[in-house]
Amino acid sequence: MNFDDTPQEAEFRATARAWIGANAPKQYETELRKSSLGRTVLKNANILEVAKAWQKKKADAGWACLHWPKEYGGRGSSPIERVIWSQEEGPFGQLSRMFIIGHGMCGPTMMAFAREEHKRTYLPPLASGEKVWCQLFSEPAGGSDVAGLRTRAEKDGDDWVINGQKIWTSGAHYSDYGILLTRTDPDVPKHKGLTMFFLDMKSPGVEVRPIKQASGASDFNEVYFTNVRIPDHQRLGEVGDGWNVSLTTLMNERSAIGAAVSTGFPELFEYCSSLMLDDGPAIEDRAVRSKLANWAVKASGLKYTSMRAISALSKGERPGPENSIGKLVAGSMIQDVATYALDLQGASGVVSGEDAELAGRFQAMLLRAPGTRVEGGTDEIMRNIIAERVLGLPGDIRVDKDVPFNKIPTKGR
Amino acid sequence: MNFDFSDDQKQLRDQARKFLAEKCSPKAVRVVLDGKAPYDKELWKGLAEMGFLGVAIPEEFGGAGAGHLELCVIAEEMGRANAPVPFSSTVYLAAEALLIAGSDAQKKKWLPAIASGEAIGTLALFEGKGNPAPKNVKLAAANGVLNGVKKPVPDGAIADFAVVAARTGSSGRDGDVSLFLVDLKGAGVAVKSLTNLDPTRGQAEITFSDCKAEPLGAASEGWSTLTQVLDRAAVLCAFEQVGGSDRALEMGRDYALDRIAFGRQIGSFQAVKHMLADMYVSATLARSNSYYGAWALSTNAAELPEAAAAARISATQAFQHCAKNNIQVHGGMGFTWEFDCHMYYRRANAMALGLGSLSYWEDQLIERMRKKNAA
Ligand SMILES: Cc1cc2nc3c(=O)[nH]c(=O)nc-3n(C[C@H](O)[C@H](O)[C@H](O)COP(=O)(O)OP(=O)(O)OC[C@H]3O[C@@H](n4cnc5c(N)ncnc54)[C@H](O)[C@@H]3O)c2cc1C
Repeated sequence: MNFDDTPQEAEFRATARAWIGANAPKQYETELRKSSLGRTVLKNANILEVAKAWQKKKADAGWACLHWPKEYGGRGSSPIERVIWSQEEGPFGQLSRMFIIGHGMCGPTMMAFAREEHKRTYLPPLASGEKVWCQLFSEPAGGSDVAGLRTRAEKDGDDWVINGQKIWTSGAHYSDYGILLTRTDPDVPKHKGLTMFFLDMKSPGVEVRPIKQASGASDFNEVYFTNVRIPDHQRLGEVGDGWNVSLTTLMNERSAIGAAVSTGFPELFEYCSSLMLDDGPAIEDRAVRSKLANWAVKASGLKYTSMRAISALSKGERPGPENSIGKLVAGSMIQDVATYALDLQGASGVVSGEDAELAGRFQAMLLRAPGTRVEGGTDEIMRNIIAERVLGLPGDIRVDKDVPFNKIPTKGR
Repeated sequence: MNFDFSDDQKQLRDQARKFLAEKCSPKAVRVVLDGKAPYDKELWKGLAEMGFLGVAIPEEFGGAGAGHLELCVIAEEMGRANAPVPFSSTVYLAAEALLIAGSDAQKKKWLPAIASGEAIGTLALFEGKGNPAPKNVKLAAANGVLNGVKKPVPDGAIADFAVVAARTGSSGRDGDVSLFLVDLKGAGVAVKSLTNLDPTRGQAEITFSDCKAEPLGAASEGWSTLTQVLDRAAVLCAFEQVGGSDRALEMGRDYALDRIAFGRQIGSFQAVKHMLADMYVSATLARSNSYYGAWALSTNAAELPEAAAAARISATQAFQHCAKNNIQVHGGMGFTWEFDCHMYYRRANAMALGLGSLSYWEDQLIERMRKKNAA
């Protein structure tokens, strides 16, 4: 057990630090350092443009998507080098959140299932942030039950013709490409009739309509498909094997999102360190301390859990279902942390936005938090995954298991 | 960076697990639980023969000189097996105090005896209600003579010697507390067993009346030594708690697979599945915090005080959570004396108090984090 860098790791760190020091967009550092869940806006700049510029600069110098192979735009780094990089990148790493779906989910799926020529064409501009990707899985009828989706793909010559609707698609409004899960055979049980594609979001017949979220922001969309044509060579995996392909995506989703979800703890600790309550400094209050301590050990527990996962990865083990705990724990924690931070503000906690305490940082966190417990699999689905795949408990009873998809009831009542 | 135990350490863990599975079955634990023996003497002898008691004691003092990471993996197995022996009091508390503050002669006298299983040691710190704090140490020491009462003292009724915290000054500061070594078989010592939550590890009240004692370490450093001992013990206990959490989770999982209700395995009901998933989550967080504590302990890193408090809190919560929900998963069976669930429930709740309460450690953690941030 060793937390210190090996000589090679130390050298890598020094190189990374020097490069970041010389190249990072320093003018945004303060704002990025203060941003927390729900609030990654820059006051005087378009964050997407800033993110793209930083990503491109990294890619040109060989610092993008560190663990991807070089020929696909990465660096071929070890998992530990990836950790060192993200420690050194610090607040500027916030900017990569704009690409998390492309880098964390679409890229790995392409790598596993696309043809070699497509990988060489599409992956480098994805790595460099020049092209943004989205994940078109969820539908009104298929969220947790992903395989319940209804968007149809029908073969027509060398093309597939797509009709249907997706929902909650993050970033679709600024995406260039997407991976799309469709139903190609409604006459067989639901998991067997799915097929995966990737497509150009500018294809005729694709319509993106932003959805206003509970937080008031608009980060996700409805996406409508009307006779959209996708060439067969853009199919990922076999016809009817879409469920398997999507499992690769979802597995990567859990580790990518799990590793990225913040807990809100550092923000709360910092806040309590300076906050004065009626009876004195918050940090000296017994009740505050007890709350903080409980969250402190969750936050550190998550941090060291992901370090254990990285140690396992670097020994060649595959990321497993145990990665589900990151999002499960952090998701509800950030919600509780935000609630508590507002409680400490008393009646004035109700004010949000620029007029609020800390320019509304915790209010924004509170309003974004419910989404964290839903996106990328709800808390309940995460617990099912842990129970079934880590602990080996029986699967839920599935009444639709052997029923052809088009015979499954569609309404609850 | 490598955040895992080495292959050799994992092998040691397997070896300890196998040994304990054989020598420390629940049936063996029950002999002590039922009050038929104060501790498992055979097991204690066996642990000595395996070299487990002295694994972190240097070779020059009769130990194996392996180190604290090795002790951590053994501790985890001791917790998993719910071993009814004075391991934590002797190895984590008494031996660590000697290692930190003992003179060469004191180490030569007691450490080899610990490693060989001949001597059981303990730490006599508490005096009734209250958490570790210099002001709560009232037992008086004057001219090498102790007068006062300690309780509860873990394994006090079977221990051969104790490290005793005593008051040597009246300035009201940390420097008032000094440590002493006392031969509990000598004159001026009266021991009374106390019934307690976890009969597999006894507690005692010890009265010292004009009892001769030799100083352990410098007089003014008693409290600072104690703090270090408690931090080190916190990490080691955390591993026992992690082992116990894992075992409680395993028992719950196995029962959920076996028991049928409403025509189904109860493990197929989501309320039960999710309860077990949450047990896994808390056990995993505790394990990860404890690994960090193990690293800090084994390297004596500046991070140790904070890491120890985090490991302590996380592991205490996890063991209590897993132990209580293990009973819940077992339903009425879980509440019977016959099922082993309550042994873990007892151990979890006794361990939660042994080094000072959860709220004490919460306070410590935040104070330590705050100091670090200010620095
Ligand atoms: C901010 C945000 C961003 C998103 N981004 C994307 C994206 O980019 N691409 C994409 O494809 N999707 C995206 N999603 C969709 C997301 O994956 C789904 O919302 C999620 O999987 C839940 O599905 P649902 O909304 O249909 O809820 P439902 O599945 O209808 O769930 C409703 C409730 O029922 C519970 N439930 C459902 N099934 C079970 C079960 N088997 N056991 C126990 N409880 C159950 C759920 O836990 C939940 O509490 C995003 C969602 C959010 C909130």
